[in-house]
This record gives sequence, structure tokens and C-alpha cells, in this order.
Amino acid sequence: MKPFGYLRATTVQEAVQALAAHPGARCLGGGTNLVDLMKLGVERPGFLVEVNRLPLDTVAELADGSLRVGATVRNSDLAAHPLVRDRYPALSQALLAGASGQLRNAATTGGNLLQRTRCPYFQDVSKPCNKRVPGSGCGARDGTHRDHAVLGHSDHCIATHPSDMAVALAALDARVELYGTEGARSVPVAEFHRLPGDRPELDTVIRPGELITGVVLPAATASLPSAYRKARDRASYAFALASVAAVLHLSDDGTVAQVGLAFGALAHRPWRATRAEEALRGGPATPDAFAHAVDLELRAARPLRDNGYKVGLARGLALDVLTRLATPART
Amino acid sequence: MDSSPHDHGDDGADSAPPAAYRSEVTLSVNGKPHTLLIDHRRVLLDLLREDLDLTGAKKGCDHGQCGACTVLVDGRRVNSCLQLAVSLDGCDVLTVEGLTEGDQLHPLQRAFLDRDAFQCGYCTPGQICSAVGVLAEAAAGHPSHATGPATPPGRPVPLDAAEIRERLSGNLCRCGAYPHIVEAVQDVAL
Amino acid sequence: MTGTGSTLGAPAERREGHQKVTGSARYAAEHPLPGRAHAWPVPATIARGRVTAVDTAAALDLPGVLTVLTHEDAPRIADPDDPTLAVLQDPRVPHRGWCVALVVARSPEEARAAAGAVRVEYAVEEHDVALRADHPDVYEPETANGGNPARREHGDPEGAFASAPVRVDAAYRVPPLHNHPMEPHTSTAHWQGDQERLVVHTSSQGTTTVRATLAALFGMPEDRITVTAGHVGGGFGSKGTPRPDVVLAVMAARRTGRPVTVALPRRHLPASVGHRAPTLHRIRLGAGTDGRLTGLTHDVVTHSSRIKEFVEQAAVPARVMYAVPHSRTLHRLVRLDVPTPSWMRAPGEAPGMYALESAMDELAGELGMDPIQLRLVNEPDREPDSGKPFSSRHLTECLRDGARRFGWTGRDPRPRSHAEGPLLVGTGVAAATYPVLVAPSTAEARALPDGTFVVRINATDIGTGARTVLTQVAADALGTPLDRVRTEVGDSDLPPAPLAGGSSGTASWGWSVHEACTRLAGALAARTGPLPDEGITVHADTTGQADADSPYARHAFGAHFAETSVDRVTGEVRVRRLLSVYAAGRILNARTARSQFIGGMTMGLGMALTESSTMDTAFGDFTESDLAAYHVPVHADVPRIEAHWIDEEDAHLNPMGSKGIGEIGIVGTAAAIGNAVHHATGIRFRDLPLTPDKVLAALAD
Repeated sequence: MKPFGYLRATTVQEAVQALAAHPGARCLGGGTNLVDLMKLGVERPGFLVEVNRLPLDTVAELADGSLRVGATVRNSDLAAHPLVRDRYPALSQALLAGASGQLRNAATTGGNLLQRTRCPYFQDVSKPCNKRVPGSGCGARDGTHRDHAVLGHSDHCIATHPSDMAVALAALDARVELYGTEGARSVPVAEFHRLPGDRPELDTVIRPGELITGVVLPAATASLPSAYRKARDRASYAFALASVAAVLHLSDDGTVAQVGLAFGALAHRPWRATRAEEALRGGPATPDAFAHAVDLELRAARPLRDNGYKVGLARGLALDVLTRLATPART
Repeated sequence: MDSSPHDHGDDGADSAPPAAYRSEVTLSVNGKPHTLLIDHRRVLLDLLREDLDLTGAKKGCDHGQCGACTVLVDGRRVNSCLQLAVSLDGCDVLTVEGLTEGDQLHPLQRAFLDRDAFQCGYCTPGQICSAVGVLAEAAAGHPSHATGPATPPGRPVPLDAAEIRERLSGNLCRCGAYPHIVEAVQDVAL
Repeated sequence: MTGTGSTLGAPAERREGHQKVTGSARYAAEHPLPGRAHAWPVPATIARGRVTAVDTAAALDLPGVLTVLTHEDAPRIADPDDPTLAVLQDPRVPHRGWCVALVVARSPEEARAAAGAVRVEYAVEEHDVALRADHPDVYEPETANGGNPARREHGDPEGAFASAPVRVDAAYRVPPLHNHPMEPHTSTAHWQGDQERLVVHTSSQGTTTVRATLAALFGMPEDRITVTAGHVGGGFGSKGTPRPDVVLAVMAARRTGRPVTVALPRRHLPASVGHRAPTLHRIRLGAGTDGRLTGLTHDVVTHSSRIKEFVEQAAVPARVMYAVPHSRTLHRLVRLDVPTPSWMRAPGEAPGMYALESAMDELAGELGMDPIQLRLVNEPDREPDSGKPFSSRHLTECLRDGARRFGWTGRDPRPRSHAEGPLLVGTGVAAATYPVLVAPSTAEARALPDGTFVVRINATDIGTGARTVLTQVAADALGTPLDRVRTEVGDSDLPPAPLAGGSSGTASWGWSVHEACTRLAGALAARTGPLPDEGITVHADTTGQADADSPYARHAFGAHFAETSVDRVTGEVRVRRLLSVYAAGRILNARTARSQFIGGMTMGLGMALTESSTMDTAFGDFTESDLAAYHVPVHADVPRIEAHWIDEEDAHLNPMGSKGIGEIGIVGTAAAIGNAVHHATGIRFRDLPLTPDKVLAALAD
């Protein structure tokens, strides 16, 4: 870790100005991923802007019923928030499926979105990685890649995004709020993270100097069923091998009125299953319909040598979650 | 001392990092205030161990992957290896050394002894501090991955064995004392 | 608690427990020394070749850096017996991760930053790190670890197998595994006076050996060296003998004139402190229709590094377990450009019994016989390989008692016969064995005028409870309450003693403590009048007794029972119940013994389900280098575990009548779990660990 300058920002303006004044600066929230990567030499910022003291630490219901989550709200507090547990159970479940109690106490909403891949080649500065050093190659493609992407990867990068929270946010149609020198804007979570293409060094569409100020969840009632399920190598404290978040609301006639479906650990970003959603919308909520829709989505999968299991795993998880959501008595 | 072309000698070694890379922080540790001028790179774990000689918090992985460094900051358990000390100005830190009141062990410390909830002892301070945090979190109604949907938001969560196991999963124990640790925490949670 | 019989076996609380729960127990990096510096190794980034240049200029320019040691200028040391200790002596790189420079700085942050700034150039050579049973360089070594012959044959195993009416021919694989004690390998070295005296605090399983090694390497008499290990954060074999950290710390302290701590970063451990070598097993069992074994072959292929021949003795337990007239047990080795493997809890037995006890389960299936019954009909009268009588063998009792406690009777033996919603549920059994090892030791016992006693011995308590159990042994022999005895361990200035390894510590140390205390008690009984101020002291040395050949085959045995669930949706396997019964001689402390057994079983659970390491053939290192990727079991993986034992009396062991208990818990556990998974799913997995990717793929077929 190289020495760095440090600012405890107290206003968003101050933070944005500091980011502008120090190109390459990073925001420090909980530090659970950034400090880890700085110790490894993967991140080498010359300046840190601490955002913990910004007034972004609240969860508030807006007039239209939507929920704004400040960027520095801790993962544990968000998971425990009564409105989140009532209206967005998938989000609470996803947060609680991630990391450990200690890490969730530190990790922030914004930081969770900006966390970087756990690809072992990305984390090891002695190895090639196009994400860390563009043009250096990819160690994972012919190496150990059981945990890597099956959807949307490129010749340059097969890394996955590790977040659980972001998968739920994608399925829930949440938006990321950003603020920079050019003002405020918002982006759907599902479009916030990129696919690697030929620029794998860019994880997200955030612009240099921009700051995440919060996340907004669309209005939902307590009855909107949603759920998150994750498969992993050990029973807790492990990244997903695959995960799924789903929102499913049925009409009175039993057809699908509203559906959101997203996969985790399959791609460089939370994978919003838009094809499956389209196939389901307005149709029957039956196991056959679910299977048809999920297969339609996963047809795009291009497994690598050792990660073909992920396709079947994701399929099974999605069918399980959708089926449970369609059978309210059992959820 | 041998000499070597790769030697700096003490002159170079005593050169401090430039002022831009250091800050003064004031924080309370186990109820005692400390003001230190620190390298921005210093994490809380190293501050405790190197600056204050409080070595109860352990360095097991230095990357938030083992929990041996767990302490409480403003009452919440965190991995002290990932907390930059400079970010903790004004914070209250509680370590395993601060759990004892005089000669009186904290109930969790007593329960760990009664249940033989450790072997090598290296993860133990982290397990105990983590358990202190778990008890507070459950009392405050924080759910876990093991919490059933029937538990109402905002109400204390009863800590059965499955809850304790899930909530303590950020604390590795290679000696495999887990079953006894769970029993010890249950003794105090009841 | 006085007198023989009441102290030994009692569940005495750990003597150092208070220190451990309050955070006051000091480990190797935690001895405050003024001016102490911190060192950070620079690992090689090639798998094979030579260092051609080390550019330290940028590193030395960083604040706080004291020096950078390289192979060109590091202090020279004598050729070590263990080649892994010959660090910074020459430009050769035998494997990726080999230490090629050491940065010393005032603070850990400065050392880490400077290590990243050292530029190393290499002449790279082609490397080969891929273990295959048909590798052209496979050879048969003379011996495997522990001095075991690499090959043993009896009768005509090929013919017996060919003519057997019931046969199993199966290949199993155990991946590389990492010890990962919670305390990384750490040493603090401090030269006193004009480099006259060396004091080292190290995380080791035995400092008598560390001192002897340092004396040889640095060419100084042992009496000028003190090595302490008062508290050790686990080792599981990987701290059995000195590792590079202690050599580097001494070099750096000599160079800088300061105390120096080398605390190996977690990510450096897999390449620098040893690992359990991967083992490829082929087992063939031939049996009659009555289940009696007629032929057995267990062939093991494993790897070692270029610099050291270490042979995981995985076929050895097959020489102990079952009555079979025709057998071959064989180890073969490939030397590759890999890090040097070493001991990990029950080397040999752990992977070997996974394979053998899985194969026995397969044979039971072929025979349509209960797997416990199969083991009972193959109980030997004598140790099959040596022909020696067993000093005691109560495997049968363990199996029967375990079956009763676990509720084995009435089990539906049909695979995949029980489901709970999406979960397939099954139960499995496997046997365990571990040899009784013991080594000579010295000890000293002193009676003081105030009626208290001091026992001094350089035993090491790595979490086993040695400090406590030795106090019990002493109090028992002295006929005095526990709180009258103080036991000093973990310091090489104490009477020399062997390391904590091979489940031999308590037997070896206890023997000499018992002898010293027994003779002291005799001396006190024969004496009248007050003791002199300095008390009276008795020394004991069990050389000639502890290492005498025994006419008996001496082993501990056990039986594991597991219940597992397998999620058909995710392929996730979870252990619901784990219960074991051991026959391990006399249990000297019920409390610490139970913890040891449970701990071993937990590591066995990890071996079965979560722990996996991959040798990356392109780069020549283990991909899973940290604790996020290498999955040690967490709380949520581990159910309530039961460890029981039977009262076993064995007069052919040591004065306490004990067998070692530190390792047997891991032996066979993975087989019991794997057998339960087979019972649950009807699928036989032969490649550990049973992670969702493998399970799901097989369920889909």
C-alpha cells in the first residue's frame, strides 16, 4: 500500500471537489473491499476521500412511496430496516446472505455496489489480468475458473461481480443516484454495472469524480413477494456460486402481473433476466412457464471448461424461487 | 550489525512519511482516550497491537476473512484489520481487554472457560468480541440469514443454535471449537 | 483432587484459559521489544528458474525501510537438513512463492509497501506442476513419511483380486490441502549483547528442534540460544519443524541489529510452510461372498517438490486395518516444480483412510452387506502387516457403541431411500485408526518447602491442553492437588522434549513427567525434616524406555457416523449429525480430549465438503491462497458433534496408559461423510471435496 492523502469530507460538495482535485482518488466508506485491495496492491490510490461523515446515512420513504437508501447506510442496518424487511424481503435476504456480521456492519450501500471482482487473478498482482492491467492478458480463462462467468463474458475478461445486494436491487428495479461535478443523475442498477467487452477495467458506468449518493427502490407494498437464494461452497461466509433474486406479483386470475428476475455470480454484472421476464409477463405462473422462460434466458450462456454446472444451478435456483413466490402459502 | 549495499542505515529509517500522509486521530480504547499521529495506512488492528500494545485482537489474515481481529467500534463488531485508523477519529473502541471489569470476567469469557470453547486461543478474543456484538444485534432486532420470516421486524431475535452459528460464521476457528463456542454463547444468551 | 486415579482423567480447566479469554496470552509477534522492526518476504513470481537481478533501490527509497536482504548479501547459513530453510542463499527458484528477498522496515505498513517495490528479474525455465498417475517421472521411493517402507506385499494380491468373487476397483483423489492455523507462521528474533546471545519467540510445535536447527544454521552453540513458544495459534503439523520465517527473522535481526518480527502474510502460507500433498489412490478389494477380504491393493501416487522428498504415506493404514492374506500397499512419487509438501494433521492416515473406508463402503454395497458387519468380519487377530499382536484394539466396540448411540439399527440400506422435500438424506459409517507414537523426553520435577511443586519440560501447548494434562500427570504421580503444581512449558531453556506432533506429545512428555514426579515422590517419602530452601529436584530422561521396540502393534481406533443432506436444487451437502466413538487408551482429561476429537472431526468435515486447493498449471501455485477462497469450515457448517470413547486399558503403552488423540478425529471422517452422501444420493463421489459443482453435475446425469 503506498502512502496516500486523506480527507474526511462532511458534505457531498466537498467530497466531489476533493475527487476532482485528486485524479485517481477513491472514496472510503466501510473500506471492506478497498482497504483489502490496497493491501494487495491492486488499488493504489494517492488520495482517499472518506464519505462516512456525509449526510447519506438514512433510509427514508419518499412521497411517492419509493424508498431512498443513503449511500453510507451500512449493509446490516439496511437488512434490518423494517420497511426493507416488509416490502423488499429479497433485498434483506440478499444482504444477509453476503459476507459476515462484522463486514456487514462496516460495508456501505454505495461501497457494496462498487466492490470489485474476487477473481483470484485480479487479486494477485504477480499475474496477468486485463481488468487490473489492461492488455496484460487473462489468467483465469485457461486457469482456475470454476467460479467465473457463464454469461456476457468476453475474450478479455471472465470475471463475475460478487455482490449479493446488487442482484436483489436489479430485480427490484432500483436506481443508483450519482453526483458529480456535472450534477446529479440516476441509473438503473441493472445498467450500472457493465459487461467487460474490451474494457474490462471499467466495472461500472460511474464517471471519474462521480460519487454514489444513494439507491432508490420503487414503491412497493408489503404484499409484493420477492426472495433471494444463493448457493455456495460453505453454509455461510462465502461468495455465491450462483444466486437469484426474484419479484413476482400475480394478477387475480393467477397470471404474472409483475416480474423481476436477476442472477448473481453468472456475469460481470448482476444479470437482469429480461428475456425471461418478457416471456413470463402476462402469462401463467406455472412451473412449465417458469422453466421455459428461464431456459430462454440461459440459452445465452457460454460456459467455460470448468463452470458448466452454473447453468443448471442458476436454473434450479430460479425455478425454486419463482415457484415458491407463486405459492404464497409456502413462502 | 552486518553492512550491506541494500542497507539504509538508521538515517533513512528514521525519515517519517511526509505530513500529507499522516494525521492525528483521537479515539477512545476501552474507555481511555488516545491521541496519536498515525500513518494513514495504519489499520485499527495495527494501531491496537503496535501503538497501544493491546495484542488481544489477533492478525489471522489481515483481509477480513477470518474474524480474529474482531473488536467493537461504537458498539458494533467490525474487522479491525480493514478499518483505517484515520477514519475512526472520535470513535469508541472496545477490545477483549476491555471486557473484564477488574478481576471480573465478562459472562462470555466465563462461559468460554466453562465450555472449553477454544484450544489454541488465537481466534478466541475475536470470537468473544463477535459474540458480544451478536447479543446486542439480536437484542436490537437485527435479523440474520437464519432468521425465519415469522420473526417480526424490530423485535429481539431469539438466539437458538442455528442463529448463533450463522451470526458467528465470520469468525473462523481452525481448532474446531465451534460446537463448544455455540454452547458458551447459548449459556449467556439464555 | 488428590491421589492416583482422581486427577488423571478429570476434566480440569485449561491452565492458560484465563489468559486466552482475556487476550493477555502473548503469541510470537506479541512480545514488546523496543525498536522492533517488521519484515515482509518477497515471493518468487516464477515456478522455476533463477534470480538474475534484484533491484532494491526503489524499495530502499521508501520511508521507514531499514534493509532488503537478497540471496546476494543475506547472512550465510550452514546447509540445512531441511532444504526449505535454505532461504536467500542462492539464486535458484525451486517453486513459485519461494522467498527471493526480505524487506525490513520500522512498521508492517512500510515493510509491505517496500516489498511491493522490490524488482526481481529471473531467467525463467519451463516448469511442470501437474500431478498425473501416468507421469513419466513417477518413481518408487524407498520410504514414505514416518520411515514407513514405500512398498509392502504379502502373498499374491493380483491373483487374489483376479479370482475374487466380489470385487471393487476404484480410484479416489484427495486434493492439496492447507493447514492454515489461525496464527500465521511468525517469529520474532532478537540478538542480545554483541550478537552473543539469540532470543527467538516463534510459533512452533517444538522449540527444542528450532533451537538445534538455528544453532546448526548460524554456527553457534545451543546454550547461547533461547527459543520460546509460550502460546501457539495452532499448527496441525505445519509448525512441526522450523519454517523459513524463523530463519529469516534471525537473519534480519542480525543484519539490522534490531529485534525483527517475520509474520508471514496469510497468502504466503500455501507456498512456504508445507501443504498436504494431493494423493491419487487406486484401491482394489477382492472378497468372498461372505465378505471376507482375500486381496487388497492400495496404490498411491503423490507429489513432492524438487528440493525435498516428502511422501504422504497414504497407503499405510491399509497395513493395519483388515485381515487380508494377499495385499500390496505402495507409494509412488513425482517430483515437480511445486511447493514442498509437509505434515498436515494425520499425514497418510487422513487421505488413506478416506480412500480405504470409501472402498469398504463400496464393497459392502457390492456384497449387500451392512458396512459395519463387513468391518466386523474382517477384524484381524494380529496386525496384518507385521504379524504382531495388538496391544489393544477395540474397533469392534467402537462400531457397536457408535451404532447404538447413532441409531444405526433399522437403517434402510438402500441408497436414495430417504428424502425430505428437496433434500436427499443419508447416513454413513467409517473406521478410524492412528498409530501410537512416542519419543524420549526429559523433564524435571522440584518439590519446594512450601509444599508446592514445579514441573519443567519444554513441551509445547499448541492448543491441545498439554500444559494442563502434564500438570495432571504430575499431580497424580505426586499425590497432590492440581493447584499445588506449576508446569512450565514452551521454552528451550527448559529440559529438552520432543515436538507436539504425531499425536505423541502427551505420551512422550507425560512419560518423563511421570517418571520425574514418581521418583520425586519416592525421595520425599524417604526423607525426614524440612526441605532446603531451593527444594529438591529430580531429573528424568526416558531415553531407552520410550523408544524401546515394542513387541506389540499399538494403534488407536475409532468409528465415525455421519448423517448428511444433499440439496437436489443446489448440490449443497450439509452434515446434520456427526458422532464418533474412540478407543484411545486412557483419556487423561475428558474436557480437553473431547475438544481435540471434535476439532479433528471438524477438520475432517472440511476435508469432505469444503476444503479444496488447485495447482494452477500455468503459474505453478495454488489458486486458493487466502481464507476467502480456501474454505475452512465456518460455524454454520458444523452441527452439534458428539465424541465418545470407551474405557480402554492397555498396559503396553506408557505409565499413563494413554494413546494419542490429536489426529485420529480427522481420520476416516471424510469417508463417513462421503459414504452418507452415497447413501443419500446413490452416487459415489471419489474426488474430494464434495462441492456443489461436482454434486450437481452428478445429480443431473
